[in-house]
Amino acid sequence: MLFTILAILTVAGAVAAMSFRNLVHSVLALTLAFAGLAMVYLQLGAQFIGFAQILVYIGAVAILIVFAILLTRDAGTTSKSALNASASNSSGWGGGVVAVAVFAAMAWAFHASAASQRALPAQPEATMQQIGNALMLQFALPLEVIGLLLTAALIGAVTIAMHDRQETR
Amino acid sequence: MIETADQIFVILQHWIVGFAPAGVRWILAALFSVIAILGAFGGLFAVTTILERKGLGRIQNRLGPNRVGPFGILQPIADAVKSLTKEDVVPYAADKVVHFLAPVVLVLGAFSVYAVLPVGRNMVLANLDAGVLFFFAVGSVMELSVFMAGWSSRNKYSLLGAMRAISQMISYEVPLILSSITVIMAAGSLSTVAIIEKQAGYTGILPHWYVFTPWGFAGFVLFMIAATAESNRSPFDLPEGESEIIAGYYIEYSGFKFALFFLGEYLGMFAISGMGITLFLGGWGAPLSFLAWVPSYLWFFAKLLAMIAVFIWIRGTLPRLRMDQLLNFAWKFMLPMALINLVTAGLWHFLPQGGLRWLVCILMVVVPYVLLGRGLMQGQRLEKRVYQFAE
Amino acid sequence: MLGEGIAKGLAETARNFFGSYVSKERLTTVQFPEERLPQPEAARDFPFLVYDGPDWQAGLRCVGCQICEKECPPKCIYIEKSKDKKPDALGKPQFYPAVFNIDISVCMSCQICVEVCPFEAIKMDTEFELSTDDRFGGLLWDKSQLAKSNEHYNKIHPTEAAEVDARLAEEKAKAEAKAKAAVQAAAQAAAKAAEAKASPAPPSAPPSGSAPSDSAPSGSAAPSAPATSSSSSTVAKND
Repeated sequence: MLFTILAILTVAGAVAAMSFRNLVHSVLALTLAFAGLAMVYLQLGAQFIGFAQILVYIGAVAILIVFAILLTRDAGTTSKSALNASASNSSGWGGGVVAVAVFAAMAWAFHASAASQRALPAQPEATMQQIGNALMLQFALPLEVIGLLLTAALIGAVTIAMHDRQETR
Repeated sequence: MIETADQIFVILQHWIVGFAPAGVRWILAALFSVIAILGAFGGLFAVTTILERKGLGRIQNRLGPNRVGPFGILQPIADAVKSLTKEDVVPYAADKVVHFLAPVVLVLGAFSVYAVLPVGRNMVLANLDAGVLFFFAVGSVMELSVFMAGWSSRNKYSLLGAMRAISQMISYEVPLILSSITVIMAAGSLSTVAIIEKQAGYTGILPHWYVFTPWGFAGFVLFMIAATAESNRSPFDLPEGESEIIAGYYIEYSGFKFALFFLGEYLGMFAISGMGITLFLGGWGAPLSFLAWVPSYLWFFAKLLAMIAVFIWIRGTLPRLRMDQLLNFAWKFMLPMALINLVTAGLWHFLPQGGLRWLVCILMVVVPYVLLGRGLMQGQRLEKRVYQFAE
Repeated sequence: MLGEGIAKGLAETARNFFGSYVSKERLTTVQFPEERLPQPEAARDFPFLVYDGPDWQAGLRCVGCQICEKECPPKCIYIEKSKDKKPDALGKPQFYPAVFNIDISVCMSCQICVEVCPFEAIKMDTEFELSTDDRFGGLLWDKSQLAKSNEHYNKIHPTEAAEVDARLAEEKAKAEAKAKAAVQAAAQAAAKAAEAKASPAPPSAPPSGSAPSDSAPSGSAAPSAPATSSSSSTVAKND
């Protein structure tokens, strides 16, 4: 029941994000979809991931998209939405067909595979402590590598931005 | 007797819930807590507005509002009546739906963070495993509402205000979270209740609050500076600078919606002060061991009022920063200090107890502070300003 | 060191905060309706009409000459001259304003009416609590509302009023002396021409020689009067 509501909310948000003509409205609808996803995580008992989803996606990614929209050329003006643009020509329908085909293939694969036949194990109690321990002990190296990668990306972004500014002056 | 006074609200809740059939009890219990939070912090909002106006007045050698009721204490009621009876103007070109949703989202977000804030012993709506994370996650939703308000008003000033607010909030969220991570490291938990329990003991008469450690003190100061910026309070009130962008993102709001923004702003300030109390000042714990008989919620609200007083004091003292000063301060001072403080907290954990630990950690806090301060002040010639036409 | 100035500022505001409770000199606020500051003598807002003696209608100094009406920059004064004459404070028969209205919502408190008045009849008031719930009728004052006694004038602008009173007394004395001289001359003429009937003393002398100080402004006002009237006529045309 709760899952149905959340699923409808999430899908509605996603569809709205695609169909709104106004870019900022699309972002806000996308935020709704993000929130719905976070709720699904919370409903599944994954508190950490759920809150992290809110913090990262609503608090950071949505804001980032907003900044990107407002700082680019067509800031907040109405433009043709993805759905309407694609509906006018046949390639859009082709894309839809491909998407449905991929979804069907994946659903069939899941259904036919052994994973769906196996009985689910009892839900593990994943506390914050366990996640923290796992990240810091078992997966310390991957975490560090990701951290290094992100730092490199950050420094690269700053470098590009600084270079740009020198050129324009 | 002391126990009863301390737990009076918990007992009251159980007593009321006891009347309901078993199936709906949890709803009723949650409802009781929600109403209590709404009432308590809504009332605190009313009290704070009058205290702030009075306090600011006294700082400026004025009297402050003193016309409504004795000493003006009924001023909040007059303000409420005024804002409720004002016309609700929505600009013609505004995005009506988003314009309406923005204050609603703000107040919803501002109220929902109180769910994890323990206001007294056993007095927390939801003791979440990831309470602190919840707090910051929901707090970040307020950025979105600010953007919604600024963008939907179709006003350049409000959009500028919103952009300022977002860049400021994002910049200061980093040191805010980094400084609270030190406490999470020390307590080993993200649960607000567990963090308070970790600070419960006393050495002699002094409590084991995290603020009484070198890294805790530095973290507390960093946290409060970042909290001031997060709640858009002076001197970080650029998003709503009246003299520059005429109230920023809520320029096009009037009447009740404006009041909601005002409410959301203050609720955010209370919530982040409450989080600061929870993380660094021992939550509802008594400050001295022989004062433990005073009910816990009274201690929480006493600390909260003290924090609010400091906020008002700072607002009455400091002028507004410039945008570049604000961002430089965030990225060149707050962020390095918060990172160094993180290392300090780790060292504190691993060094053996004793004088050496104190010495090393104090040096770890003071030396970077002095060096960073020197470095940032360099090249800034602060001279006495000479005015041409004024003496 | 970083933060030093902040600490100093916080100390200063704290001193102000506690000082405002301790020493009353710090608080500059005057609690207005209960306490009032004395108004400075030069204070002025809207004009009023001065009258002498107990009866405002009989004692009104205004003779309805309409100079102030013509000079008023925002045209807030409306005067209708009387058809008949009435004895003024000096006992001379004079015209008087049948209607004298000032719209104080239009008045800009420039005091030009006071400066051009040759009869010291219009002066500036200091009464400022004039709010009304009728924004048209309530702010259009007629003669009865405008008339205020000379004592009131003496109270609000003592120095100025003393000067005016002295000047008026001098004029009065001069006029009386002149009248006496005229009466004597008439008596002498009557004595000389004993057989003929004595003609009454000519009363037309005083108005032309009212006051030497006031003749200058009234003289300077005369050339500008046609200009203002022509400008008002252009305004009327534009409308």
